[in-house]
Amino acid sequence: MSRGITGSEIGWLIVGAAAAGVASLLPLFDQGFYLSLSVNIMLYAALCTAWALFSGPTHYVSLATAAFYGLGTYSVALGIDILPYPLLLAIAAAAGALLAGIVGAATLRISGVYFVIFTFGLAELVRQLVTWTQTKFATAIGLYVFTDFTEEHIYWMLLALTAVVFITGWAINRSRLGFAMRIIGNDESVARHVGINTAMSKIVLFMISGAFIGVAGAIMAPRYSYIEPPSAFNPMISFLVVIMALLGGTKRLWGPLVGVIPFTILMDIISSRFPNHTSIIVGLAFLTIVYFIPDGVTGLIEKARAKIAARRGSEVAGERTA
Amino acid sequence: MNILVTGILLSGTYALIALGLTLQYGVARIMNLGNGETLVAACFVAFWLYTGLAINPLVGLLIIAPAAFLINWGIYVVALQPLVKRAKNRGQLEVDSILATFGLLFLLQGLMIVGFGGEYHSYNFLAQRFDILGNSYGLNRVVAFGAAVLIAAALWFFLYFTRQGTAMRAVAVDPSSANLIAIDVARTAAFAFALGGALSACGGALLSTFYTFNASMGVTFTMKALIIVIMGGVGDVRGAVLAALILGIAETVVASLIDPGLTLAATYLLFILVLLFRPQGIFGRSAT
Repeated sequence: MSRGITGSEIGWLIVGAAAAGVASLLPLFDQGFYLSLSVNIMLYAALCTAWALFSGPTHYVSLATAAFYGLGTYSVALGIDILPYPLLLAIAAAAGALLAGIVGAATLRISGVYFVIFTFGLAELVRQLVTWTQTKFATAIGLYVFTDFTEEHIYWMLLALTAVVFITGWAINRSRLGFAMRIIGNDESVARHVGINTAMSKIVLFMISGAFIGVAGAIMAPRYSYIEPPSAFNPMISFLVVIMALLGGTKRLWGPLVGVIPFTILMDIISSRFPNHTSIIVGLAFLTIVYFIPDGVTGLIEKARAKIAARRGSEVAGERTA
Repeated sequence: MNILVTGILLSGTYALIALGLTLQYGVARIMNLGNGETLVAACFVAFWLYTGLAINPLVGLLIIAPAAFLINWGIYVVALQPLVKRAKNRGQLEVDSILATFGLLFLLQGLMIVGFGGEYHSYNFLAQRFDILGNSYGLNRVVAFGAAVLIAAALWFFLYFTRQGTAMRAVAVDPSSANLIAIDVARTAAFAFALGGALSACGGALLSTFYTFNASMGVTFTMKALIIVIMGGVGDVRGAVLAALILGIAETVVASLIDPGLTLAATYLLFILVLLFRPQGIFGRSAT
C-alpha cells in the first residue's frame, strides 16, 4: 500500500520520539522506587499495546497474555547459560508466536466466546505442563537467571520494545492486514464477502501480538532472578492487561497507555498497603469499565471533543458521532 | 473399574455446576464467568451450616438453593439486565457480559478471601466406607452423586414437562420468536439465570461434603463447567450431563494413572478435540 506519510503522522512521530527520549532519561534521575515503578509501567505499556494490536480491532478479549509472557520468561531461564541473550529474545518471540498460532488455529475459526474461554485457562494449562515436565525430567522446579543487567537496562529494553510495538502497530494500520482488520472489526460477514481470509488475518495478528508479549516476558526474566511456574504464569497479568488496555481505550494505538500509567500506580499502592484487597479492586475496575467507560478514557475524550465540535456549529462533526 | 466409578461419582457434581452455567448462557445469554464463585460461596455456607448449626448439608440445600436463586435473580436484574438492554447485538452483549462477570468473579472472590482467608476448609460428613462392586468409596461421594442425579432429573422434568420450562427452551432457541408467542423473554431470562445460579450452588454444597475447598478455587470450576457446556452444546441438558461424565472420568483417569497435576491438561485436550471436530457440541446439529 503506497499511501504517503501525512503531515499529522510526522507530527505524531515527533511527539512519540520526544516522549520516548524523555522517558529514556528517567534512570538518570532516580535509581530506586520511581525507576522500579517505571519498569512496571513500561512493562504494562508494552503488554497492553501489544494486546490491543489484536484485541482492539477484533474485540476478542484475550486472556492468553500470562501464557505468552511466561513462555518468554522460561525461554530465557532455560537458555541463559548456553545461548546469547539476543538469541533468547528471538526464541521467546518465536515461542509466543507459535503458541498464539496454535491457539488461533484451534479457536479463531469459530465464534469469539470459544476464544475467550480457551485463553482463560491457557496460562494455567501451560503452567501445569511446564511444572510436570520439570518434575519429570529435571530435578528442581525453579530456575535461576543470573545476568549483569540492572534495573535501568531492563527499563531501556522495555522502552525499546514499547517503541517497536508502536511502530509495528502503525505499520499494520497502513498495511493490507490493518485494512482487513478494520473491515472485520466492523462487520465480519462483509469482510468474508469481499474475499478477506478472516481466520488467517486474525491468526497472523494474534501471533504478532503473542510474539511481543513473549519478548516482554524474556526481558523481565533477569529481574526475577529466580523463576518458577506460579510466578512466571501468573494469571493476574492477563487480567491486569485487559483492564488497563480497556480503561485507556483500544481504538487508538496510544489508548492503552492512558490506562496503564494511572492503573499501574494504583495497583502498586494497593498491593503494598492492602495486599488482600487486590481482587476486589480488580473486580471493581472491570465493573467500572463495563458500566461507565465502555470505550475507555480515550473514547470519553473523543466524545467530549466531538461535542465541542458540534457545539461550534460544525454539522459534519455532529453527523460523524451520530 | 475403581477409577471409572470414582470418575462417575465426581461427574455428578460437575454436571450440576455445568447445568447451571448452560442455563445461564443458553437461555439468559450471559456467559457467567463468576459462576464458580456461586459454587464456592455455597461451599462456605454449607460448611458454616454444618459446623456452626449442625445442619446436614442435604437439608442445607433447602436453604442454599433458594438463597442462591434470589441472589442470582438480584445480580441479573441489577447488574446484567442493563447490559442486555444496552447491547446492539449478540457479540456486544457477549463481550460486555464477559467483562462484567469477570468483575463479579474478582469482587466476590476478593470478598471471600477477606472474609474467610485463603486457607483450605473441609468438614467430615458421612466419611464412611461404601462398597460398590467390591471396591470401597466414600459414602459422602455416593450420596452427593445420588443427590445430583435427583436434582438433574428434576430439572429435566421441569424443562420438558412444564409450561415455564418449555418457555425457557423456547427462549434458548430464539428470543425474538419466543417474544412473538407471548413469552416474557426478560422474565424468563432472569428466571433461567437465577435457576442456573441455584443449580451451581447445589453443586457447590454437594461438592463441599467430600472436597477440600478454599476461597480462590472458583475459577477452576468455572473453567471445567465452561468446557463441559461447550462439549455438551450450549443450552443442551443431555449434552451437559454426558459431557460432565466424560470430563469426570477423563480427569480421574489422568489423575490416577499419569499425574494429578495434569487434570487441567486432560480437560484441555478434550476441549481441543471438541473444538476441532464438534464445535456445536456432542448432540448439536452442525450449522450449515
